[in-house]
Amino acid sequence: MDSQPAADAYVAEKHAADIIQADGVDKRFGDFLALGNTNLRVKEGEFVCLIGPSGCGKSTLLRIIAGFEAASDGTMIVAGKEVSGPGPDRGMVFQDYGLFPWLTVRDNIGFGPAARGLPKARIAETVNRFVELVGLSRFANAYPHQLSGGMKQRVAIARVLANDARVVLMDEPFGALDAMTRERLQDELLELWSSTGLTIIFVTHAIEEAILLADRVVAMQPGPGRIVSDTRIELPRPRDVSSPEFNELRRRLSAELHG
Amino acid sequence: MQRFARALVFPVLLLLGWWLATRGSAYSLIPPPSDVAKEMVDLAFGGDDDAFSGTLLTHLLASVGRVYGAFLLAAVLALPLGLLIGRLEIAAELLDPMFQMLRPVPVTAWLPLSMIVFGLGPRSAFFLVALGAFYPILVNTIFGVRSVEPRLFEAAAMLGTRPAAMFPTVVLPASLPGIFTGLRVGLGFAWVVIVVGEMTGVQTGLGAMIMDARQLSRTEIVICGMIVIGAAGYLSDRAVLLLGKRLLRWSPQHG
Repeated sequence: MDSQPAADAYVAEKHAADIIQADGVDKRFGDFLALGNTNLRVKEGEFVCLIGPSGCGKSTLLRIIAGFEAASDGTMIVAGKEVSGPGPDRGMVFQDYGLFPWLTVRDNIGFGPAARGLPKARIAETVNRFVELVGLSRFANAYPHQLSGGMKQRVAIARVLANDARVVLMDEPFGALDAMTRERLQDELLELWSSTGLTIIFVTHAIEEAILLADRVVAMQPGPGRIVSDTRIELPRPRDVSSPEFNELRRRLSAELHG
Repeated sequence: MQRFARALVFPVLLLLGWWLATRGSAYSLIPPPSDVAKEMVDLAFGGDDDAFSGTLLTHLLASVGRVYGAFLLAAVLALPLGLLIGRLEIAAELLDPMFQMLRPVPVTAWLPLSMIVFGLGPRSAFFLVALGAFYPILVNTIFGVRSVEPRLFEAAAMLGTRPAAMFPTVVLPASLPGIFTGLRVGLGFAWVVIVVGEMTGVQTGLGAMIMDARQLSRTEIVICGMIVIGAAGYLSDRAVLLLGKRLLRWSPQHG
C-alpha cells in the first residue's frame, strides 16, 4: 500500500527532472528523411550542445523542440507537455538575430512580456534589469541597425531571458560573429547560465565551441539525420582550450564526426 | 552648398539653351524665358488685367486640394486592400489578377468613361487623380506585406505572440517602409495626372489653366503652369520624405 505513492512520486520526480523528452522523433520533408527515430533526454539546468555537419538534422531537432516544425512521427515533450507550437517557455536565439528592426533595444527586450500582457510597470522593471544584465544600458534606446553583431545577439539573448524562458534554444548563435566577440559572448553565456539555472540547447558545427560550453555534446550525422554519440564533458570550468584533456576530447569527437 | 550648386547646373543650361533658341525671332511659337517670367509675375500678382491675371493662387489651391483629397481617398482604399491581398491568400486569388490587368490601363484611357459615369467637372477630376495614386500605393503595400521576413514571425511566436496579434505587432510595422514608399510614389503620381484629371471641364486648377491657355495659344501660361506643377510636386515630395525620416528612424534605408 505504501510503495505505490512512493513509486508515483519517484516517477514524477524523474519526469520533472527530464525537461526535454524526445521519443522516436522523425521528420520528413516530402520523401527526404531529415531526422530519423531520434531519442533525446535533457535534464533541467543542463547545457547540451548539438553538433554535426550540415544536413545532420541538428537544426531540425532544435526547431521541433521550439515548435516551429512538427515531428512527422514520435513525441516531443518539454516540461511535461507535448509540444504543439512555439511558446514563451522555449526561447529561441537565431544566428541572424531576428530582432524587430522598428523597436529599440528596450522594446525588443520588452516584446515578450508585452505580448503576454504583463502590466506596464512590471515590463519596465524587467526590461531595465535585463538591459543592464547584458551590458547595454548605454544603447537602451538604440535601434538594431545601429548595433554591432555582438550587441544584437546580446539583445536576442536578453529578450528570451526577460520572457522567463525555461529552455533556451540557440541555433549557431555566434556563427556570424568575429572570433573576439564570439569568445566574449561564450564567456557571458556561461556566466548567465551558471547564475540562472537555465536549460540550454546549443546547436553549433564548431567542436571546440561545443566542448568549451557544454555539459554534454550530442553528435549527429546525416543520411538520415540521427544522433551518433552523447559525450559528457567532465572538464571543470572555466575550461582551458589548450589543455591536453581538451585536445583529447576534441580529437575523439572529431573522429566520430568525420570517421 | 556644393550639392545645391550641382543641382542647378542642368536647369541653368536648359534655360540658356531655351533662351538661345528663342531669342531674336519675334514670332517664335515657344516664348522666350523672359516672357514666361513676366507672365508668371502677372499670373501671381496681376497687372495685365486679362482673364488670367492674378489667378495663380486660385488654380494652385484648387489643384492642391484635388491632389491631396484624391490621394487620401486612394490611400484609404489601397492600404486596406493591399494589406488584405498581401496577407490573405484568398484575397490575393480573388483580387490580384483583376488589379494586375487594370493597372496598365492609363488614366487618360479612363477619361471618357469617367466623364460618362461621374459627369463633366470636379468629380471626374477627383476620380482620375485618385486612380493615378491608387496603384502605386496598392502595389507597394502588397509588396511590403509580402516581404516581411519569416524569421520575425518565428521570433514573435516564440516570445508568446498569438496568431491574431501577429498583424498589428509584426506585419504592420514591418511593412511600413513598403507602405511609405507606396504613399510617396502615389502622391507623386497624383501630381503627374493632375492635368489629365483637370481636362474634364473643371473651371479651376493648374491643369484647367493649362488647357484654357492652350486653346488661346498662350504658350507662356502653359509653361508657367508646368513650372508650378513641378515645383509643387517637388515640395510635396520633400515634405513626405521628411515625414518618413521621422517616422522610419529605425529603418536603415530611411533614417
